[in-house]
Amino acid sequence: MMRADSLVSIRSRVLCSSTLVLAGAVLSGCAGGVLDPAGPVGAGDRIILLDALAIMLAIVVPTIVCTLLFAWRYRATNRRAAYSPQWAYSGRLELLVWAIPAFVVLFLGGIAWVGSHDLDPAKPLASRQVPLEVDVVSLDWKWLFIYPAQHIASINRLVVPAGTPVHFRLTSATVMNVFFVPRLGSEIYTMNGMITELYLEADRPGSYLGLGAHFSGDGFSDMSFDTQAVSSGEFSQWVAAARTQGPVLDEAAYRTLLRQSSHVPPCTYRAVVPGLFEAIASQRLPPGQGPGVTRLERHTTATKEG
Amino acid sequence: MLGKLTWQAIPFDQPIPLFAGAVVVLGIVAVLAWVVLKGYLPYLWREWITSVDHKRIGVMYCLLAMVMLLRGFMDALMMRSQQALAFHAAGYLPPDHYDQIFSAHGTIMIFFVAMPFMIGLMNYVVPLQLGVRDVAFPTLNSVAFWLTAAGALLVNISLVVGEFARTGWLPFPPLSELRYSPGVGVDYYLWSIQISGIGTLIGGINILTTILKTRAPGMRYMRMPVFCWTALAANLLIVAAFPILTATLAMLLLDRYLDFHFFTNTAGGNMMMFVNLIWAWGHPEVYILILPAFGVFSEVVSTFSGKPLFGYRSMVAATMAICLLSFMVWLHHFFTMGAGGDVNGFFGVATMIIAVPTGVKIFNWLFTMYRGRVRFETPMLWAIGFMVTFVIGGMTGVLLAVPPADFMLHNSLFLVAHFHNVIIGGVLFGAFAGYTFWFPKAFGFKLDERLGKAAFWCWLVGFYVAFMPLYVLGLEGMTRRLQHYDEPQWHPWLLVAAAGALIILCGIVLQVVQLRVSIRSRHRRTDATGDVWDGRNLEWATPSPPPLFNFAVMPNVKGEEPYWGIKSKAREAMRLSAEPAYEPIEVPRNSPTGFITAFFAVVVGFALIWHIWWMVILGLIGAYATFVVFAWRDVAEQIIPREEVARIDRANRAARALALEESPT
Repeated sequence: MMRADSLVSIRSRVLCSSTLVLAGAVLSGCAGGVLDPAGPVGAGDRIILLDALAIMLAIVVPTIVCTLLFAWRYRATNRRAAYSPQWAYSGRLELLVWAIPAFVVLFLGGIAWVGSHDLDPAKPLASRQVPLEVDVVSLDWKWLFIYPAQHIASINRLVVPAGTPVHFRLTSATVMNVFFVPRLGSEIYTMNGMITELYLEADRPGSYLGLGAHFSGDGFSDMSFDTQAVSSGEFSQWVAAARTQGPVLDEAAYRTLLRQSSHVPPCTYRAVVPGLFEAIASQRLPPGQGPGVTRLERHTTATKEG
Repeated sequence: MLGKLTWQAIPFDQPIPLFAGAVVVLGIVAVLAWVVLKGYLPYLWREWITSVDHKRIGVMYCLLAMVMLLRGFMDALMMRSQQALAFHAAGYLPPDHYDQIFSAHGTIMIFFVAMPFMIGLMNYVVPLQLGVRDVAFPTLNSVAFWLTAAGALLVNISLVVGEFARTGWLPFPPLSELRYSPGVGVDYYLWSIQISGIGTLIGGINILTTILKTRAPGMRYMRMPVFCWTALAANLLIVAAFPILTATLAMLLLDRYLDFHFFTNTAGGNMMMFVNLIWAWGHPEVYILILPAFGVFSEVVSTFSGKPLFGYRSMVAATMAICLLSFMVWLHHFFTMGAGGDVNGFFGVATMIIAVPTGVKIFNWLFTMYRGRVRFETPMLWAIGFMVTFVIGGMTGVLLAVPPADFMLHNSLFLVAHFHNVIIGGVLFGAFAGYTFWFPKAFGFKLDERLGKAAFWCWLVGFYVAFMPLYVLGLEGMTRRLQHYDEPQWHPWLLVAAAGALIILCGIVLQVVQLRVSIRSRHRRTDATGDVWDGRNLEWATPSPPPLFNFAVMPNVKGEEPYWGIKSKAREAMRLSAEPAYEPIEVPRNSPTGFITAFFAVVVGFALIWHIWWMVILGLIGAYATFVVFAWRDVAEQIIPREEVARIDRANRAARALALEESPT
């Protein structure tokens, strides 16, 4: 038999360690995650996250402490503690137990309502700069970034000027995915036949990890991409350089891209036929064909060839 | 002749699935051989497989859940070890295998562990607590169970023959459409869930009818134990939500089999509609799981605090509020699809409102312990572990309900940590609390306390070590379902999480050992009174295990906690109430209908998956014939003679009288 006092001491140790882990979470999050934002959207999301967390901790921590305290204080072996075997109702306490969570939710609800309007992904950012337009297409299994004003395109590398808002229009050429650059903030779905919108901005130059954040099949894990925020001068240089090299992204080149492939190294297209993004989003260019064969069929062919 | 089925379906070229499949097949064959050789088959057939007794069916549901928990946990170990190894490396599971594993893990844990465990507990306990002799439709109950088992079997067949889905536990189109998933994996998923889903639905109708229509005399709604209330709410949700699941998956099946375009990219299909519909079922589903667990904790906390539950009416109100609200929040699963501020804001706030009745419940358990006499036996440890763990999971859940926070955490490991926090810390801890609490009722002896406590501590510590790092990883931007990754800061946390999974493994091993040790030493653990924990509701008024007919005479309920009332009266008078006048009791006869129907369901499901059309027709004819034969039977009941009833009840009364004399008060 485990004695009740050893139980509580073990429990408090567990609690301490879990609190430490949580504290560790917050600290380590400061180095390269959503708690270390590199732009206004991420910073806005982060403030709301931390506010909501603080409000809830104010009620969650006392609840956990009370649970352990009550269990310990009223342990059966403690004959000095009061015992009221019939006590099962108190109007005041009932009022309290409904009122406390209700008030917390009132606060949080306000934050959620205001936050979901202020930080709506499709809401333009306040800035003196004219936003850079980038059209994003998720493919199996790579990302295509089209710069309509610059008439260039890039695979698996997103280059944006720091300090300028970027207006993304996103779609998918195949299955669903999610476009996510954790340190810049909000993520958004990409879906075939539809366009979603997202505004992000990088405050300072840097290289930030981008992810496909919705499972999209066997090549999903390789759908990370490098997001480079550079000074506006460097951005112009990059655009100028991209214009001089690489193939043209026309319908034929796009159909090659549409085939399933992973581990595609970043590259650029010196020109893009106008209206390509719209053609993909409106399905004038049909969506990708998928694998074409099943694992079993592939196996059969491989055996035959072998 | 055999549709798409060829020898290629068996993964001879892939050692890991082949080995896993071989282990499963050998395990099943070994168990079957043991049963046959020992001559247990007639007993099993007579007493269990064809049983329509809600208690036997409840036990079988829980057993199914525990076996499938082992399978689902194997998948978890493989996932954790793969992610621990796959930093700058490919790991040992190629994507097409890893993707099957996380899909199977989620599917199994939700549909074939959490669901059957909760349904099993409700099946066992609700009729006893209501003071009735069986559920409303006993044979239907058996059909429901065996259909669930049929679904579980199909999932396991996919291990050996063909492949399982590679689309996650919810097969989001267009990935799950024929074009992007041309294999049989998604079909295995769809037909297993369709078959077991029908089982769940009819099981839900059954328990719902039992609660609404067949309570003991005097058992008014406001006298029902809270577990019955939560069962009522959960089964209302099953009846309302599961048809949505069935219809949604049926549409996906039409897409895949008959070239419809409900959710395809092209021809006017809309994948967002699938997401919308699946979560319209999916969110109520989490409350279907957690509400009965809340009921278990209500019983456990009150019993082991030696007090009635604090704020019974509040508890009932909170339960029904959760039941209603759970249908109004599903959109929070796709805040990041760009619905706009008003819609996201509305569903964010609606989601938070559910936290109010949930918070009320936590506080009420807290005040139930207040001024109680808390006994730290295993079920109570699970309850306290739950209260501490669940508030953390609830908090991160509300955090995810704040749209801007969700914009950064959606699909991340933070989300994965959150739902494991509430499903392990809530549903599974509840299932284990219920298992240890009602095991002595079902079998007449207690499980080993020392091993039970050790298992609890392993699970609790293992849970924190395995899932707190996932919160961190989510905040570090790591998304879910990655087969490999290159970020150095993620790696140490994934190593810690893998260690946590190993601690949980110790907990599971201890639970298996506990069961084995307890069964072997059962003669030392026997409880003759039927009231091993000093219980408060009617299930403890019956012998352990309860006879086929549950109650020798129908109880007449005079208030809340009826058994506590009976017991207090007996304690005051220092003797039991007068012996009742026994009558012969009519009980339903056993029927193999459920088992045979499920057999044909497996045949039909398997044939549909592999496009073996003649076998589909044969299976359907078989299932229909079973139904006709059942409908035509003349004798549906058997009579238990008065002497038998009296003998069983007198034996139990003698034990209780003895316990009464020996009790200190």
